[in-house]
Amino acid sequence: MSNENSEPLLIAFCCQYCSYSAADLAGSMRLQYPPNVRIIRTPCTGRLEVEFFMKAFEKGADGILVAGCLEGGCHFTEGNLLARGRVGYTRKFLSESGLEEERIRMINISAAQARPLVDYINEMLATLKNLGPSPLKSMNPSKNAEIRI
Amino acid sequence: MIVAQRKSIPELIDILKGQKKILVLGCGTCVTVCLAGGEREVSINASALRIASRLKNLAFEVEELTIERQCDNVFIEKAADTIKRNDVVLSLGCGAGVQAIAERYDKPVYAGLDTVFIGILEERATWTEKCIACGKCVLHEYGGICPVTRCAKHMLNGPCSGSREDRCEVRADRPCAWQLIYQRLKNIGELDRLKSIKAPKNWGTSIHGGSRVVIREDHRI
Repeated sequence: MSNENSEPLLIAFCCQYCSYSAADLAGSMRLQYPPNVRIIRTPCTGRLEVEFFMKAFEKGADGILVAGCLEGGCHFTEGNLLARGRVGYTRKFLSESGLEEERIRMINISAAQARPLVDYINEMLATLKNLGPSPLKSMNPSKNAEIRI
Repeated sequence: MIVAQRKSIPELIDILKGQKKILVLGCGTCVTVCLAGGEREVSINASALRIASRLKNLAFEVEELTIERQCDNVFIEKAADTIKRNDVVLSLGCGAGVQAIAERYDKPVYAGLDTVFIGILEERATWTEKCIACGKCVLHEYGGICPVTRCAKHMLNGPCSGSREDRCEVRADRPCAWQLIYQRLKNIGELDRLKSIKAPKNWGTSIHGGSRVVIREDHRI
């Protein structure tokens, strides 16, 4: 994990059917986005669980971007709709725990929308810069914070 | 199944304040199905408590475990070592699970959920109450729809005439149980059941007679 003075660390969970391809396209189009976003390819945003997000925050992530298909366009019909609910549920837990809920956000884009993806990433990074680094980052990682999948 | 709801993190912090080693103990049965206290919810709540602990300097050390069933000693025994090495147990089981753990271990056991009712999954992510465990089932008289549970006035000789557009007058978001009973008995050709007047219910079999015990002598050794 990067230290407190560095750029915010953004974890982007990208669905392989849309935003992961959009990120690929962004590369082909030579669109620039900051290197401090870590893209994690997921089979569908419906695979993502609330505990994945919570564990990422516990381990010091500054923010999470969940990028799924356009609503109605999920390859598995409703995975992105499930993810939307889980992101909302995570926000509730974050604010109850004392962390800003704006640190996690869900977006919906298609595989062709490389530029909007880059804009969303920059927008999210700007939000994280405004919020400042996650207070959990400078502390020792929680005991028992390992992810079990 | 038994349906429960989560307590908020500030509520849990209030319950756990001053404690150090905390075991968040889940249950793999009813509360897993109603998305309140299974392995997943244990992980989420434990993470949230750890985050809150670090942000608010609460010094919690949170461990996680989920057993198959908290209301059964065979399964509780499997958690013995983990329970023993922690100071307190935050049980994400139903009220029965919390008490089953508390009776067996000499340390604080706290309820992490609010147990709400006995019910079913009505539709996706929606659970409805179907039984209040009154101790003397009358479902056969009412086409399988319980007036004791589902009529807000618990009327055995209904309807009350207060319903509007087949909605309950006490809770407009719920259907009138007596409308459902009438329709159901009509559909199965048992409307005649409504012609007899039902005697007042003996509530002594319910919780009003004190906590209940069921003993099967034929299974005792």
